[in-house]
Amino acid sequence: MQQLTEIVEQALAAIEQATDLKVLDDIRVDYLGKKGRITDMMKLMGTLSAEEKPKFGQAVNDAKQAVQSKLGDQMELFKARELESKLAAEQIDVTLPGRTLENGGLHPVTRTIERIESFFGELGFTVKHGPEIEDDFHNFDALNISEHHPARADHDTFYFNPKVMLRTQTSGVQIRTMETEKPPLRIISPGRVYRNDYDMTHTPMFHQVEGLLVDEHVNFAELKGILHDFLRNFFEEDLQVRFRPSYFPFTEPSAEVDVMGKNGKWLEVLGCGMVHPNVLRSVGIDPEKYSGFAFGMGVERLTMLRYGVNDLRAFFENDLRFLKQFK
Amino acid sequence: MKFSESWLREWVNPAISRDQLSHQITMAGLEVDGIDAVAAEFNGVVVGEVVECAQHPDADKLRVTKVNVGGEALLDIVCGAANCRLGLKVAVATVGAVLPGDFKIKKAKLRGQPSEGMLCSFSELGIDIESDGIIELPADAPIGTDIREYLDLNDAVIDVDLTSNRADCLGMAGLAREVGVLNRAEVSEPRWDAVSPSISDSINIKLDAADACPRYLGRVVRNVNVAAQTPEWMKEKLRRSGIRSIDPIVDITNFVLVEFGQPMHAFDLAKIDGDIQVRLGKGDEKLILLDGSEITVPADTLVIADSKQPLALAGVFGGEYSGVSADTRDILLECAFFAPLAIMGKARRLGLHTDSSHRFERGVDPELQHKVMDRATRLVLDICGGDAGPVCEAKSDAHLPKAKVIKLRRSKLDKILGHVIPDADVVEILTRLGFAVEGSAGEWQVTTATYRFDMAIEEDLIEEIARIYGYNNIPNKAPIAALKMSDHHEAAISLKKVRSLLVARGFQEAVTYSFVDPKLQQLVHPGQEAMVLPNPISSEMSAMRLSMFTGLLNAVGYNQARQQGRVRLFETGLRFVPDANAESGVRQQAMLGAVIAGPQFDEHWSMDSKTVDFFDLKGDLEAIIGLTVSTSEFSFRRASHSALHPGQCAEILRNDRVIGYIGAVHPTLEKPFGLNGKTIVFELELDALLHAKLPQAQAISRFPANRRDIAVVVDDAVASAELIKIIRKVGGNQLVGVNLFDVYQGKGVEPGKKSLAIALTLQDNTRTLEEKEIAEVVDTVVSALKSEFNASLRD
Repeated sequence: MQQLTEIVEQALAAIEQATDLKVLDDIRVDYLGKKGRITDMMKLMGTLSAEEKPKFGQAVNDAKQAVQSKLGDQMELFKARELESKLAAEQIDVTLPGRTLENGGLHPVTRTIERIESFFGELGFTVKHGPEIEDDFHNFDALNISEHHPARADHDTFYFNPKVMLRTQTSGVQIRTMETEKPPLRIISPGRVYRNDYDMTHTPMFHQVEGLLVDEHVNFAELKGILHDFLRNFFEEDLQVRFRPSYFPFTEPSAEVDVMGKNGKWLEVLGCGMVHPNVLRSVGIDPEKYSGFAFGMGVERLTMLRYGVNDLRAFFENDLRFLKQFK
Repeated sequence: MKFSESWLREWVNPAISRDQLSHQITMAGLEVDGIDAVAAEFNGVVVGEVVECAQHPDADKLRVTKVNVGGEALLDIVCGAANCRLGLKVAVATVGAVLPGDFKIKKAKLRGQPSEGMLCSFSELGIDIESDGIIELPADAPIGTDIREYLDLNDAVIDVDLTSNRADCLGMAGLAREVGVLNRAEVSEPRWDAVSPSISDSINIKLDAADACPRYLGRVVRNVNVAAQTPEWMKEKLRRSGIRSIDPIVDITNFVLVEFGQPMHAFDLAKIDGDIQVRLGKGDEKLILLDGSEITVPADTLVIADSKQPLALAGVFGGEYSGVSADTRDILLECAFFAPLAIMGKARRLGLHTDSSHRFERGVDPELQHKVMDRATRLVLDICGGDAGPVCEAKSDAHLPKAKVIKLRRSKLDKILGHVIPDADVVEILTRLGFAVEGSAGEWQVTTATYRFDMAIEEDLIEEIARIYGYNNIPNKAPIAALKMSDHHEAAISLKKVRSLLVARGFQEAVTYSFVDPKLQQLVHPGQEAMVLPNPISSEMSAMRLSMFTGLLNAVGYNQARQQGRVRLFETGLRFVPDANAESGVRQQAMLGAVIAGPQFDEHWSMDSKTVDFFDLKGDLEAIIGLTVSTSEFSFRRASHSALHPGQCAEILRNDRVIGYIGAVHPTLEKPFGLNGKTIVFELELDALLHAKLPQAQAISRFPANRRDIAVVVDDAVASAELIKIIRKVGGNQLVGVNLFDVYQGKGVEPGKKSLAIALTLQDNTRTLEEKEIAEVVDTVVSALKSEFNASLRD
């Protein structure tokens, strides 16, 4: 027994002094292994009396357990330390940039068009597209602009021949829609339009969004209302807005809409009016029963105002340094 | 149209400021484009007379003068202008004057001679008149008068951008009428002594096209002095209207044009042979115009002719032969009404646009001719002298436009405006506009005015009422409509979704011009015909694009020339392919195009970046195709395309129809487009892409899946997709996955061959597969590959 106590003490001391898991394992083998010193003690059982045997057995088991438990504790400690140092070694610079794929972005013109589509989409306007090479019927005649109408001269049209041209306005889509669909109609039509003009404030191609609402009781006050709402939403500001009488052959009454710019000057952003009865008649809609309003807006102008773009030509240069500002 | 504010105020003078006037007419639909002061800000400049003028003793170019400005003493002024001379009336900036640019006039000595002021030129006073030297005032200019007052320099030129319906405002008379309406102010016309004929010479006028010219007035004036001087007041009024003074006759016709909006013409009477004929051209007649250009008069174009030849293009341009020249003694004044339809488009077709055609094609008041003829004759007699004959008139009452009578219903008015304007206001507004209103509330009969060509239908009257009432006095209302849900299709892929995906994959959207440089396009699509604009902005923007490629490649080159090496761009839009069977002779197809160039990734501390290749962009394209769910409908097939690398080009197919191309840009295109190395592009038809399959859920197997890898060696030319297709075909229902995971060429594989490693995944829905079954499927696959592609298993 005396010997057992000594062995245990020696084992515990050795465990205490062990420096790593390997040493601990050696100690385990040394004391608790098949030929370990504590295991060996069991061999003495044969030399003991029947009364002594249980007591001795108990003592050996206790000794085993004491060593085992100490070993266990120490092992946990070492494992924890080892993990700690492993983790410490795995430290990274969390401020380094991640493996990202930088997002691209929509062209600002598309961004504006998508916003406009969503504003009017909520009111049940559907989006319609039309051809960009257009015939004179849809671009002019059906819009009440006869062959020699002075308004044709205002358009700087790119003609392919007297009957075929690049559309000068998206209004032709009104006609195409009314030819095939019957009122009530609510459409908007965004797209490219073309005018033969190129300087600081004109590019030969630009974008318009055309809107049309035809129903039984559509009126000018409503046109004003919807466009006021639109402009307030578009700029997210209560800008001063004014409706100014103007002239378009396809609307009567007609108006241009100006907003007050930051520089205190009025800027024209929209043209609009009540659809001319001749236009309704040209597509077989009875102007006594139905009325409608139409509006057209210049997308680049709106985009420039919204995002502070100063040079119109930037829209079509596709310079990534410009485009990447629109995420 | 430009007009002088003070001239307008001679006609009508409401008590409102310049800015208020400008705002008011803008809000009435006559948009003011600009207001330019006639002179810059200055003061202290008066009319003076040079009463002594001597050479400066010490300076060749200076003169020493004494100038009378009406004060107690004469002023000593040194002047350097060559035209400074004794007796000249001049504009004198006196001591204390402040000239434009805050230039203060002080007593000074110039080369030793005292100077108490400055004799001014137009430019020194900020007046836009070109002249050398100092201002030369008329001899009767009253000494001591403030020059601003004497030359009416507090005036401004107001530029109104008139819409084409408001021809009635193309003259002071009409503008004044409009301002009078807006302000309820009285309009006073200028007065003159009516001309009574002093000779009896007349001329016969034949109207051969009475519908085109229903009224023609001619008047002979003899013994006219065409060398007379146009009076300063007239020159200045013309100048402020943007018209240069030419000679007194032209100036007078221009003056009445601006005053009343009525174009006139003067012929040299001696050049007219026989009667005046107003007729259509014969189709082959030549006419030399006043500007020296020769035209052939089209058969549908109205001319003023004599018995021999056309003399002038009616309402558009005078002829050179019959025009007034320095030798002219007797003239024929013409004042006519030409119908808009007869003039519209005619001038433009001949490349002409004149103040006259501008007015006639929009509409001149048909009741104005007698008054204006009298006005012009009076001015000719006053300025050039002469003897006037009687006014000779030819007219066709049947063809003269009449004031229209238009019905106006209260119900229509309210329906269109959505706002009720009281009866009294309606009647008052229409009356102010010069329209006669009959009938009572509910329905009015409105007789419009002959000068309002834009009044034809009820809606025109409604606009007039709303315009004068004020658009901004009509409330804003929310539209009312039936709440009907529109049709929605889940299987339709929105373009928005495609765009979002590309944006998420790092693409910037581009918008390039639809017209491109035909030379570049020919490199991309050699031999393919494009729509060409006959009158483009420039030849580089003259051919309609046949694909997205030209524009996108240009954009890549543009960016790479600006240190933007890594480019990822896409664009959607129409391409224009000539096609006799399509509407307007052109197929207009919505396309999606994309291009990548430069490194795969921006330089990064932990990623190796290679230059992009075919499979980078193909991966992007496959992601887009993934939106359709029906990816198996799509395939790629080796192909050739003039713009693409012959070995790295594929057709994109959906259900075996070619819908686009993808490939590396042909190296020969790199230089012309300024491309910096490898560039990959694709383009496909949007309509073919934008429909998807709705998901149909399949049961998931509860039994384990088994993977078997095979490596087969085939000829290099074998398309892997074909191989995979065969595997799927022969693999049976239990083959649930086929994945090509390695392609190897090199040691261990014969040259000209390649080794493909393919993972086969087998699974059954009802049970766990046995090894034997699995082996059978693998064997089937291998032997099929052997027979189809002469494939051998790699050891």
